[in-house]
Amino acid sequence: MKTATIAAIRFGYGLGPEGQPDSPDAVLKSLKLPDKVAQAYPMLDLAAAQKMVTEVHALARKVKGGGKAAAERRTAKQKEINLETLGALRVSLARIAETSSPFRERLTTFWSDHFTAPVRGVSLTPFAIAKIDGALRPNLTGRFADLLSAAVLHPAMLLYLDQTSSVGPNSPAGKKRNLGLNENLAREVLELHTMGVGGSFTQDDVRQFAELLTGLDFRAARGFAFLPPKAEPGAETILGQSYGGEQPARLDDILAFLDDLSVHPDTAAHVSRKLAVHFVSDDPPQALVDQMSATWTKTGGDLFAVYDAMLRHPDAWTPVFAKAKQPFDFVASGIVALGIGGDEIMAMDDKKFRRAMFRTLNVMGQRFMLPGGPNGWPEEAEAWITPLGVSQRILWGLQVPSMLRKELPDPRSFVTRVLDDAASPRLVWAVGASETVPQGVGLVFASPEFNRR
Amino acid sequence: MPKTLTRRGLLTRGAALIGCSAAASPLMTTVTFAAAPWDARLVTIILRGAMDGLDVVRPVGDPDYAAARAGLLKETAPGLPLDGFFELNPALSPLMPLWKAGQLGFVQAVSTPYRDKRSHFDGQDILEAGTGLDVPDHTRRDGWLNRMLQTQPGVESSTAYAIGSDEMKVLEGQAPVMNWSPNAELSVSPQARLLLNEIYHDDPLFRDSATEAIELAALRERDGAQLVGDAALPGGKLIPEEELAAFTAGRLREESRIAAFSINGWDTHRDQQKALPRTLNRLARTVLALRKGLGPVWERTTVLAMTEFGRTVRENGSGGTDHGTGGAMLLAGGAVRGGKVYGKWPGLSETALYERRDLMPTADVRAYAAWALHGNYGVSRSQLETEIFPGLDMGADPGLLL
Repeated sequence: MKTATIAAIRFGYGLGPEGQPDSPDAVLKSLKLPDKVAQAYPMLDLAAAQKMVTEVHALARKVKGGGKAAAERRTAKQKEINLETLGALRVSLARIAETSSPFRERLTTFWSDHFTAPVRGVSLTPFAIAKIDGALRPNLTGRFADLLSAAVLHPAMLLYLDQTSSVGPNSPAGKKRNLGLNENLAREVLELHTMGVGGSFTQDDVRQFAELLTGLDFRAARGFAFLPPKAEPGAETILGQSYGGEQPARLDDILAFLDDLSVHPDTAAHVSRKLAVHFVSDDPPQALVDQMSATWTKTGGDLFAVYDAMLRHPDAWTPVFAKAKQPFDFVASGIVALGIGGDEIMAMDDKKFRRAMFRTLNVMGQRFMLPGGPNGWPEEAEAWITPLGVSQRILWGLQVPSMLRKELPDPRSFVTRVLDDAASPRLVWAVGASETVPQGVGLVFASPEFNRR
Repeated sequence: MPKTLTRRGLLTRGAALIGCSAAASPLMTTVTFAAAPWDARLVTIILRGAMDGLDVVRPVGDPDYAAARAGLLKETAPGLPLDGFFELNPALSPLMPLWKAGQLGFVQAVSTPYRDKRSHFDGQDILEAGTGLDVPDHTRRDGWLNRMLQTQPGVESSTAYAIGSDEMKVLEGQAPVMNWSPNAELSVSPQARLLLNEIYHDDPLFRDSATEAIELAALRERDGAQLVGDAALPGGKLIPEEELAAFTAGRLREESRIAAFSINGWDTHRDQQKALPRTLNRLARTVLALRKGLGPVWERTTVLAMTEFGRTVRENGSGGTDHGTGGAMLLAGGAVRGGKVYGKWPGLSETALYERRDLMPTADVRAYAAWALHGNYGVSRSQLETEIFPGLDMGADPGLLL
């Protein structure tokens, strides 16, 4: 199979009408291009998120005080916040539609899921969205330490994983109000974001790390703060090293631990493997993972170098497409294949957008940015290629393209343009044998070749 | 790759396809399922949004009820007498024949161990996980129904179904379960079926999933059609929950034994007397659709409808109620001992309330679910109290099942 075909399908959203990065070099180089689509299609930022949530909280207080008009305004505001999720999906898809670096969008989705914060409830949703451009996107190709600290200290993560309610039991605030530790964030950082569940940390490390994290705080009205009076006094020993102990406690000690954690061999191995699983295979060759992991260690967690190691490894270019596109990537690939433009997505009628994109993801079991837990979405093909999943892919293929395009392409040329030499002779034959044009186009979207990568 | 396909070439190839491979074609054959390990059926309905148990099973015999709910009671028809102390919300009147036949019951003043923060999401997570609060959030990644399946031998993926497009955490976990949404509406022409068969020929994962999807879509049409005749809506159109119920019943009549789905719309902060009857009507139609669809199997069926928590005892300023604690649970089916409101009534005087605002829970809602699993599937009490609902004390057998 052509390198260009593999590059587009495995490291992007498939072939579209526009040219795609067609080699390991081109894919890597595309990451160095200016991030034009982020400017063209801006995502909700932290200041706007804070304003929204502050307003809805203020209205809630008025409602408690018996304000009837406030109740209506609160409902309207809540609705507005819920619509932000739809807006974030639009922006994400518009960026994919217009980008010259599909790999950058794939990485955004990967890290967004790695550092999951769901769009759940009005107090969290705006921050979960703001995390994408605030914490992830600027750090996609730098040191993992920077990405890790930006993600872990982001309001979305502090709120979602209960860090805002964790207080050092022996701190002034803890003693005065009889408050204590919440280990949630500490555990998930070790178990999910860095060392992995099999990592060499103990329950005592979790507890000590939770103590180190105390003092981190966020309030919508005031913003992020490190509050020494909430911090557990004394030094903490995590993974055999001592951190903190200064009086008053310092944010820098947390950053120092995250820095060390970001280059721990378990972190290098766990996150390298996760990248390889996401991009290459549900069961990636150990040689590929080892190469990435070694690069991680050698470069102190330089993510660009790790991507480079992955993209230059021969195992990343096997022509066997064993993975299945997750529903979001399926829909995004559909948009790219049909050549739908970013502006078109932004301007799309709400009802049509819900039917074609938002609801499709819900029924396929991948509610946009709303996985069931902090562990994010499953990777295995078997989790997605279920009777319900396949039926929705077939339906999408048969119905949605005609909703989005007045004139559908000739299925016989469409199959080749979208899949090139990845299309099997069986598929090419079946597409040509269709009763109608929509059916022929639908078969392309329903095909294993389109759904696998 | 053929550049152009003539019509004649197509027909020949198509005919050859039909002629040669129809018998062996996976998309043309019927899916066969293994036999289920037990005979009893269990349908778990998660009522999302916090049902106001005090308006559904009204404690009119309590001296403090009328005062707490004066505005709400003014805007509704009188309840239907149940046992002299409780009355049924009139929107559930279609279920009265079941009550009289002993196939409908309720439990009052129950809750999960969740307290105080009153968040729908956390409340539902805990209800579906079946754990206590001592279990850290991150371990709450599977549901109690799934853990029950994990303890049983002979469970196949078709033994249990999560139905609808709502996430059903109660069934998530290591044990294999099926997931299908009857609104998937997958109906394809015979020619499309043949072509799908062709393109999935070499990919077993896609082939098997598509085969089953097409079978399930066909079943849904059959199961739905059986109900349309009786449906109350003009034109015999089913409401979405009846579609879920019809599909559920169809699966349970065959090899499946356990199903779970959601009914949403219980969060009645305002205009409760408009919103609640609508949702109750959907619940009533769902239960009746299950009974009709299940036919003779209804006799062996237990339906548990559970919600994440109850609502405040006193109505609020906008004709509704806010998030509370103690709530109610609905039981239905030929296997239950109905005609009875279970539970210990805590009273509604101010000092009897939880935090002076909510109905005080007098029992753990998980205990009732546990006794249903014990009675239907013979799951041992020790397994129920340690693995399925860790930390639960099931207490004395309430005698829910016949």
